[in-house]
Amino acid sequence: MIPADNPWIWFGLTLVQVALVLMGVMVSLAFLLWGDRKIWAGVQMRKGPNVVGPFGLFQSFADFMKFVLKEIVIPDGSDKAVFLLAPLLSFILAFGAWAVIPMGPGWVVANINVGILYLFAISSLGVYGIIMGGWASNSKYPFLGSLRSAAQMVSYEVSLGLIIITVILLAGSMNLQTIVSKQAGGFWNWNVFGGGLHNLPLIVVMVPMMVIFFISALAETNRPPFDLPEAESELVAGYQIEYSSTPYLLFMIGEYANIVLMCGMISILFFGGWQAPYPTGFMAHWSPTLVSLHGLLWFAIKMVFWFFMFAMAKAIVPRYRYDQLMRLGWKVFLPTSGIAVVLVAAYRVFGPGA
Amino acid sequence: MTFAARASQAIKGAALMDFAGAFGLAMKYMLRPKKTVIYPNERGPQSPRFRGEHVLRRYPNGEERCIACKLCEAICPAQAIVIEAEPRADGSRRTTRYDIDMVKCIYCGLCQEACPVDAIVEGPNTEYAVETREELYYDKQRLLDNGDRWEREIAKNLELDAPYR
Repeated sequence: MIPADNPWIWFGLTLVQVALVLMGVMVSLAFLLWGDRKIWAGVQMRKGPNVVGPFGLFQSFADFMKFVLKEIVIPDGSDKAVFLLAPLLSFILAFGAWAVIPMGPGWVVANINVGILYLFAISSLGVYGIIMGGWASNSKYPFLGSLRSAAQMVSYEVSLGLIIITVILLAGSMNLQTIVSKQAGGFWNWNVFGGGLHNLPLIVVMVPMMVIFFISALAETNRPPFDLPEAESELVAGYQIEYSSTPYLLFMIGEYANIVLMCGMISILFFGGWQAPYPTGFMAHWSPTLVSLHGLLWFAIKMVFWFFMFAMAKAIVPRYRYDQLMRLGWKVFLPTSGIAVVLVAAYRVFGPGA
Repeated sequence: MTFAARASQAIKGAALMDFAGAFGLAMKYMLRPKKTVIYPNERGPQSPRFRGEHVLRRYPNGEERCIACKLCEAICPAQAIVIEAEPRADGSRRTTRYDIDMVKCIYCGLCQEACPVDAIVEGPNTEYAVETREELYYDKQRLLDNGDRWEREIAKNLELDAPYR
């Protein structure tokens, strides 16, 4: 897609793409945050934010202004460099991961061959932002919160990795574009249904994998019911206590960017990414831009659906205790996803599709 | 716990039965009418006995009701009221100073109950937030002005509440 003959043109074009993705994600985050609050309010029979703009749509922008204009309080005993680096790190990592997310046919900033590994590496690094923030605050609750988050995120990454391996086994590639392309031609080709009708028996493995991926994604992004790092009933706000103003905003944007990223990942890995749920043969003579926009629309619809599920999980599920969290991660999800990897691998080698 | 019970619990958990049930319930509640009262534009109902901001009332002829008996000052559990009294030029007993420290006040309504002439009354107003603490030290003039402002509502409320006193 990019003319790579002149490095400067390539550099400029990539910069424009990065800016587009960054702006797109930021603006959609603003409205998703509003949607999150509206959904949460709706479940509790409240109206939610409804003052700023029509239906309160601009609430996030008002909050943004408020955060930016507040004073940045840096605790006296904190490690100032690390204290300010931590939110920056979690913000940059959350947005860095978006580089490999395919938004439509050919619409990806960096179409690298190990896209999944890159995503996985970046989301593993995300824990550093939280650990650094909690440690640099030089305060007790943030430290406890960051300790919890370290153990929690590491535990759930293990099962996330195994689940991703099942998808890699189905798609035969670590390139996210290839994984999405393999799921073309209708919803029955999506990985959640085994990736093609000849793999339909795998539905009994892939549907639970999808559910486990969703729950692990909740834990990975510190969302309720696994928001133990910031459990407000016991740790006030966990690693974010000492943060105010823009650093806090960066933490929050990073957190929500990660959540939307996880929605994107679950859409790409299990629900065909930008593929429409119907055969797209009739689009053969459409212009490529139109086809890409059509793909982007479907990707957005799937992401919004999964974000809705994230918001509903926040609204209806009570928080896990820490030992329950660890039990679920290590004693339920890890063995289940391990067995699933074995089953999918066996099916790929000995099954009818081999 | 028997093995069968544990197994059934595990299966229920694995099938996300609780989550599905809660999801359905949440969707049901989401579609119901909202209970939110959009406050500055809508207000909840208020009892005639509501104890809000204090006022000092006057008689219809403009004479202030308070006769400086100091019963309110005596009964005030927070000791928020300070009264000084002297005979006026026409010989009637009236206050020269009637201060209420609204920061000390606990809005118990005992001053209103103690008053033999319905002079000090807690009105229906709740919107008197101010920016400094000093503005909450009410003096006699402030209380009398409040009384003039809220007289209609207070008279109505007292009338409604009279059968129960």
